[in-house]
Amino acid sequence: MTTPTTPLLEVRNLRKTYARASGAFAAAGVGERFSAVDDVTFQVQTGETFAIVGESGCGKTTLARMILRLIEPDEGEILFEGQDLRLLSPRDLTRQRRAMQMIFQDPFASLNPRMRVGEIVAEPLAIHHPELTEKQRRDRATEILNRVGLKEDAIPRYPHEFSGGQRQRIGIARALILHPKLIVADEPVSALDVSVGAQVLLLLQELQHEFALTYLFISHSLPVVAQLADHIAVMRAGKFVEFGPAPLILAKPTAEYTRTLLAAVPEVPRQPNL
Amino acid sequence: MIVRNLTVELRTQTGALKPVNEVSLRIAPGEALGIVGESGSGKTMLSMALMGLLPPGAKVTGEMLFHPAPHPSNDSQKNLRELDETSWRSVRGREIAMIFQEPMTSLNPVLRIGAQIEEAILAHESGIPKDLLHRRVMAALQQAAVPEPEFRARQYPHQLSGGLRQRAMIAMALAASPKLLIADEPTTALDVTVQKQILELLDRLRREMQLGLLFITHDLGVVASVADRVAVMYAGRIIEEGATNEVLLNPKHPYTQGLLAASPRLQRAKLLPIPGTVPQLTQLPPGCSFGPRCSFHRHDCDEAVPSFRPPQSDHAARCVLL
Repeated sequence: MTTPTTPLLEVRNLRKTYARASGAFAAAGVGERFSAVDDVTFQVQTGETFAIVGESGCGKTTLARMILRLIEPDEGEILFEGQDLRLLSPRDLTRQRRAMQMIFQDPFASLNPRMRVGEIVAEPLAIHHPELTEKQRRDRATEILNRVGLKEDAIPRYPHEFSGGQRQRIGIARALILHPKLIVADEPVSALDVSVGAQVLLLLQELQHEFALTYLFISHSLPVVAQLADHIAVMRAGKFVEFGPAPLILAKPTAEYTRTLLAAVPEVPRQPNL
Repeated sequence: MIVRNLTVELRTQTGALKPVNEVSLRIAPGEALGIVGESGSGKTMLSMALMGLLPPGAKVTGEMLFHPAPHPSNDSQKNLRELDETSWRSVRGREIAMIFQEPMTSLNPVLRIGAQIEEAILAHESGIPKDLLHRRVMAALQQAAVPEPEFRARQYPHQLSGGLRQRAMIAMALAASPKLLIADEPTTALDVTVQKQILELLDRLRREMQLGLLFITHDLGVVASVADRVAVMYAGRIIEEGATNEVLLNPKHPYTQGLLAASPRLQRAKLLPIPGTVPQLTQLPPGCSFGPRCSFHRHDCDEAVPSFRPPQSDHAARCVLL
């Protein structure tokens, strides 16, 4: 059973390796494997935002996908509310999946272009709550679309009719409709313009308080992560080089690599009067 | 390069639109001008106009004056708008070169890096002897700080990392010693540590070669680290221009202020998003295009497009409040 001290998510010694290359180009490194995720251990407490920061190829997306069990880990445990996801029966896993949803980077690629917005948002209900009537599903979809800042007239329209920021809101509505506990957000604002990205970050913060959400936030951008993370893990070559409370990581990093990353961020001069 | 009242008009099924609207700017040799804008602001269409790469049917008005000599006389200056395609070919690459956001899509995947740089040189100097050509390729790669140039020249684009590909692109762009380099989001697809190296490289090259640099980006932090002057674009127009630190520390236009307040920094602060979205160019409001999203909006904003205030000044913005 869960107690207040049980972390919502606990990852222990997670590992995933891939063959270095295969097929006609593999000549040089036959049989070699590299670790995309190498012995990663951490805990995420209920209601917090845990950010994983790293450059491309560091393994952050592979890690996120293993947690959602979209990829099978080679080794390690993933405990959600104290239960090992790898030991669940298919039926129990389906039930747990409701509690874990994902928001993707590219709002242009992650919505089915041939489905109407109403269908996209209500589809998770059709899978996980087949007992609901079509009217009930539609009402829930309308309600959640309103909450993320879209009007009811979005329902019969197709994704291509919306801007990037609006599409990201549709993706968020779809992720929220099952009232999940954990949201895995993989670079949710990096494809958006600055002014729209700020809208989406604020929306995510509001929704976190309102729905008591826990975020696992994957990003390459330290400035974005600095706005909402409680804990930050800095990842490189499959490993956490350092993790801890966000203010500490940003102000007093201990790992050389974290310092390099922080120093590489191009900074806007400070505005004294705004 | 001096641009005066440059307007590009495109006719589409939904009506005529002006992705570049009365744009004026100047870039001196060795100077870096940053163009900042969000998607749809017209910043990429502006760079395409300056490269003579507009889509067919585009109607261009205004002047694009280019002085290839350091001390221009009236005879040496060319209005690029009047060039035909044949004359453009002697300017493009030779006088004005361009690098793009995604080097993988701009490099030829089936040609070795060295051969692609050779092509860039041969396009303008067809009779060049083979050994000299090879030396020029090596020099171009070294200039772009590509390590092991002999080895890299024999590789294909897919064998290089993103940062090395961008360096190869820079080598190719600079191989014919242009006077102006247009860089369209050249570091957006790169990791921050690699971005920093590329920005430092561009900064060094423009100083050493007295290269004019037009740097297009959506990132205010990037523009702060590369540009002497910055022009902010919104819905096809420049709405504010001035020295980079002036504009970023003391922004005059509400849109520039909004962009700064919406940009995440390493310090946690309440982000203030700009409400609404960038307008469709076919449905621009009358007067100031930013009016409908502006918290200082008042009735005279909608009467006419505001002119730059104060006029003839080093730091000016198109806003009636000034």
